[in-house]
This record gives sequence, structure tokens and C-alpha cells, in this order.
Amino acid sequence: MAEVEVTLKVNGKTVEAKVEPRLLLVHFLREHLSLTGTHIGCDTTHCGACTVDLDGKSVKSCTVFAVQANGAEVLTIEGMAAPDGALHALQHAFRETHALQCGFCTPGMIVRASRLLKENNNPTEEEIRFGISGNLCRCTGYQNIVTAILHAAAALRDTPYQEAAE
Amino acid sequence: MIPASFTYHRPTSVPQAVALLAELGDEARPLAGGHSLIPMMKLRLALPTHLVDLAAVSDLRGVRQQGGEITIGAMTTQHELIGSELIGTQLPILRETALLIADPQVRYLGTLGGNVANGDPGNDMPAVMMCLDASYAVAGSRGERRIGAREFYHGAYFTALEPGEILTAIHLPVPPERHGYAYEKLKRKVGDYATAAAAVVITRDGAQVTGCSIGLTNVAETPLWAEEAGRIVVGSTLDPATVKRATAAAEAITAPASDNRGPASYRTRMAGVMLARALERAAARVAA
Repeated sequence: MAEVEVTLKVNGKTVEAKVEPRLLLVHFLREHLSLTGTHIGCDTTHCGACTVDLDGKSVKSCTVFAVQANGAEVLTIEGMAAPDGALHALQHAFRETHALQCGFCTPGMIVRASRLLKENNNPTEEEIRFGISGNLCRCTGYQNIVTAILHAAAALRDTPYQEAAE
Repeated sequence: MIPASFTYHRPTSVPQAVALLAELGDEARPLAGGHSLIPMMKLRLALPTHLVDLAAVSDLRGVRQQGGEITIGAMTTQHELIGSELIGTQLPILRETALLIADPQVRYLGTLGGNVANGDPGNDMPAVMMCLDASYAVAGSRGERRIGAREFYHGAYFTALEPGEILTAIHLPVPPERHGYAYEKLKRKVGDYATAAAAVVITRDGAQVTGCSIGLTNVAETPLWAEEAGRIVVGSTLDPATVKRATAAAEAITAPASDNRGPASYRTRMAGVMLARALERAAARVAA
């Protein structure tokens, strides 16, 4: 089948490539661009490990063809830190609050959480749990992931994080 | 999992899309949000040799109201529906239902048109569309037509759509300003299809119910409009005896499969339970 030319902006950098239409976005990112931070978990649209930001939407890149993303802006975990390597507030908070064990779900969690915080910069714990319900974690029980996102939200608002009163 | 090869098309207008589908014939499939079709292609249960992506057809997007009718473009996503102020005030049952579909990532791309046109009995919106008496605008090479949601579903993945036709918009009569609504869905986890679900729209005059429409999800080969159950409720005060008769009438028209969501008898009973809960919650929203 004829290959198609696509032009995308990935983590701020313009990328041009010829791809087979059946090439999934996650394979394009991992195999053509060597951006292996985006993980393939279930490969069936359930687990959210492959979550990337596509034109302001959190999407599961195992269920999007690269050709559908033609002309779009994509943000992956590799694009979260500042150019000088300073961690994004979410990355920092995940490290500080021990929000990962094996780390497999972490890139998807962080990219999803970044979109969530752009849409709602002061979410409740319940809103966070609902907002990350498309991302599965089999290690942590989610508690510290939720805590990390609360921490990062506070940091991004420039207010110190306060534990909810018992 | 890697799908079979196909040629990708990206029309920018409805006539272009319809012409492409007519020209390419049976081997072509329209692509909306892709969250039903792409997983099927990855499993090689769907093997289209041409995909006609509708993403660039701007006429298929957006929500607008004209008089007593709201029109939703088929490519409007569940995420956009949830965020629409017009939907939130005029048709809040759509917002409530959309929030119970899949998960946030899927809702960013999954479309209302795809949800109702695919004919999957597990999809949530078709029963809501039957409940609301929606109609679907459909375009094909022989022109345009409208099909009532209550006449659209013929079997699992089998609808009134003719080959080459695409669903372009959903037309919904605006319910009375003071109406009660609820969509009750029993599911095992986030992202699951319903074990059973019920949609209810209700109007009341004081304690008495003056109008009631009921839809049921995933308890038959097609979504169901529970006409008789709705009729039983009208004129009542939703007393326990009436609710019992209405849920029995709704259960009587179900024919679910036994699957890993439970045996058929359980899923039938859960349809009744979901209906009773939806009636109660809908009625409370138009408190007498």
C-alpha cells in the first residue's frame, strides 16, 4: 500500500516521514523516532501506558494511526522536562512522593496528568481519580499517584501543598 | 498487534466522502474516532482495504439549536459533548451518559456519530437516542434521508444504514425545560460495557407523571425502547406497585446473552433494577 507523507510536531520539533497508513502512532514514536518513553502495555485501548498528548487531547497512541496525527502537535514524556533537563513539576512530584514502583505506567500517567492539570489547575482527589481512570497502575494502588498530582497541582499554582485535614 | 494494510483517504466534505465510499465499494469503511474500528482492525476482525477518515470534514462537527431541535454533528466527540454548555442545560442526560462511556482518553476521540452508527449493542448512546426520540441524518450517493433512532437498530452491528451511507448528524427534540432524567449503568469497572443500563426522561405535573420514555442498553441484540414500560408509568405517582409493573414490562422485552457479565437471567433482572433506580432519580430531579 502506498506510503503517506506526514508532518508532525513532536515535543516541539518538526518531524517529516513517509509511513504506511497502518502504522500506529505509538510505533511511529517508538520505532521511527526512537522515543521509547511511551510504553505499549495492553495494546487494546485499556491500560493507558501509551498515552500521549495530541493537539491538546490525551490519547492512547496504540489506537491512533500516525496518518491521523498528520499536522498535529504531539507531546510525549520526553517533552515534559525543560530543555535544560529541569524536571516538570509532575515528574518532580512523582519522584518526591514515591508515586511509582515498576514505573511502566508512569510516562502515560504523567502525560495524562499534565493535560488534566491544564484543564483543571486545582482538582479534588476525586476529580484526579476520575481524570486518570483511563490509566492503569498494577503496583501502587494509586494512592501516591494521586498525592503526586495534588502536589504538582499545588506547585504549578505556586501554593504549598497541604494535606487534607483528617 | 498490527492491522492489515489499507489505503488512507481524508476527504474534506460530505459529498467527497460519500463519492469516495461509493467508488471504493464494500472494501471501504468510514473512520470516525476509530475507537471501535481500530481495535477490530488490530485483531484483524475488520479488514477494510480503504479507510475514509472523516476527521477533516468540518461540517460534521459542532452542536447547535434551532427552535425546538438540537443538532449534533456526527463527529462531535464525547469530550466535546461533556463540555458543551448547550447540552449541559438542554439535554443533560447526554452529558450524564457520556461521562459513563469508556475513559477520558477514549472520550477525547470517540464520537457520538460513531457510537450510535456502529450498531454495537454495548454502546450507551443508542438507547438514550431511542429514549429521546432522536433521528439520524444520513447521506449517501442517492441523497440524504432521516431515520428515527427507534427504527435504526435491526440487530447486533446491523442497522438501517445502507452500504456507502454515512451518518452526518443527530437531531434531537429538546425536552421540556422542567424534565427529569437519569442514565443508570451497571458496569464492573471503568471502561466496561454495561451489564445492563436504563435511560429515563420524565415530566410531571405535581406528583403525577405526565410523560415517560425509557431506553435499555446491552440487554438484547439491539438497544431497546421500552414503550410499554413508559406507558405504565404515565398517569401514576410512581408508587411502588406501578414501578414494579413497569420494571416487569421492561424486563419482559429483554433477551440478553449470558456472558462474563453474568447469566442472562441476572442481566434481565439488572435491567429492571437499573430502570427502578433511573425512575427514582429522574423523578427526584423534577420534584413534585
